[in-house]
Amino acid sequence: MTPPISPTADHNGTDAEARPVLVTEPRILGLPASAWPRILAPIVIGVVTLAAWEFAVRWNAIPAYILPGPVLIGQTLVSDWGTLSGSLWITLKITFLALAAAVIVGVSLAVLFTQSKWLEMSLLPYAVILQVTPIVAIAPLIIIWAGDVNLALLICAWIVAFFPILSNTILGLNSADHNLVNLFQLYGATRWQTMRHLKLPAALPYFLAGLKISGGLALIGAVVAEFVAGTGGSASGLAYRILEAGYQLKIPRVFAALLMISLSGIAIFLATSWVSHMLLRRWHESALKREN
Amino acid sequence: MDTASLSTPHAVRPEGRKPLVCVRHVSKQFGNGTLAVRDVNLSLGTGEFVSLLGPSGCGKSTLLRMIAGLGAPSTGTIEWPTTSHDAAGKPQRDLGFVFQDPTLMPWASALANVMMPLTLKGIRKSEARERAAAMLALVGLAGFENSYPRELSGGMKMRVSIARGLVLRPKILLMDEPFAALDEITRHRLNDDLLELWWKEKFTAVFVTHSVFESVYLSKRIVVMAARPGRVMADLDVDAPYPRDELFRTSPEYAHLCRVVSGKLKEAIGS
Repeated sequence: MTPPISPTADHNGTDAEARPVLVTEPRILGLPASAWPRILAPIVIGVVTLAAWEFAVRWNAIPAYILPGPVLIGQTLVSDWGTLSGSLWITLKITFLALAAAVIVGVSLAVLFTQSKWLEMSLLPYAVILQVTPIVAIAPLIIIWAGDVNLALLICAWIVAFFPILSNTILGLNSADHNLVNLFQLYGATRWQTMRHLKLPAALPYFLAGLKISGGLALIGAVVAEFVAGTGGSASGLAYRILEAGYQLKIPRVFAALLMISLSGIAIFLATSWVSHMLLRRWHESALKREN
Repeated sequence: MDTASLSTPHAVRPEGRKPLVCVRHVSKQFGNGTLAVRDVNLSLGTGEFVSLLGPSGCGKSTLLRMIAGLGAPSTGTIEWPTTSHDAAGKPQRDLGFVFQDPTLMPWASALANVMMPLTLKGIRKSEARERAAAMLALVGLAGFENSYPRELSGGMKMRVSIARGLVLRPKILLMDEPFAALDEITRHRLNDDLLELWWKEKFTAVFVTHSVFESVYLSKRIVVMAARPGRVMADLDVDAPYPRDELFRTSPEYAHLCRVVSGKLKEAIGS
């Protein structure tokens, strides 16, 4: 029941009264109550599916080299952990280096492009060409030119990852409130001040949206490029482990490696989402919860 | 013409002897051919509260922006006779500007928003923080320093915007329909508080509005403008003493003044 509105005691009639109310929800185990269905529902679906899968494999006696059950995949993951974890580390290293390079190059180019229309007009089409050319088609060339395989993989993953960051950051830098730009002009702000205090913060939500996309793309780029490169030896990533296990009909291992790639992708997505939420939660519409 | 309480321009204004801004034969034509402002002559005296009153499209905002230095006149000049000029001959306009929207940086707290002009002028952070906090308190927002714009009401956001406009203690504050989007109760309160600030801080205020009631309540002087092309139709003095308050707002004198100004505005639109 809502208490009756008293005109004198609780309400002072100032414009502070008209402020939007930010909602604080009850929490269960440290998480907001409304977050739980979002977590539990997919888990229930996952468990049911895995159980059905395991049951179908056993009931029909499907051989492991055609379709292994989830239990066998789990066992393989544990028994092959030594080889697989080394490969996971290599794939993740390439992914993160590529993502870091994508952030540095993407943001720097975006800043340069907003400083000079000429630069943007002359270079942006080439960035687009780089983006629309399928990476598998140019990966062999890059491997030949780069000499070092790891460097080639890094370049491939970077090419895939950098465009979303570039295009989103350009959009963000140009979307600063026009009146604020005028105001900075009135106060005689330098280009650098306008960039630092106005354009970069205004671009942050856009950049972070690009980062979320690029995180996943960097992983895909690293894996796809390795499929093409097909390096051997001990220092190879998860993609090569999948190829190798496929040739040897070690299908449970293929699934185990696949699982690791998927989990890495999910972890990267959650990490970038968390960073985005932490940076925007005080001010951006996308991160605020409001009562209607 | 009614001259009992409203008179056409005084020869000499007590505080307007040395004008702060002189607008001389200013016209503004936009790229698309629209003549936004035609041959406007206006001088703004130190310490005045001037309203530019007119229908939408009469060029009042364009004129205000030109005074601020946002966009140059197509012909004519805007002079700042008492202001120092830099080496390039550009006047060092000492002004604050308040837009129709609060135009705050959403990622910055109220305090950081008000600090922005000080930061841009290279003033030390500790001093800037102190001055910004004092200015927030002056507009009635003490205790809201760390609130983000999203957490503030429309009226409070406007107060932050005014605090930002005044934080450098400018000689002149230009306001472009600042309260047009607010509800009437909030608008009345902000009108009162703005008058009090103006009275205390002694800046020159130029206030663009399309509300006759708002302009009469606030101003010492009302410049009535007409549209297509934008031009000055009348320059009226509002002879009512300050401080003005709720009593003035409900007085027959105020009603009478509003009627006269309304008539002038109608004349301007009709012609």
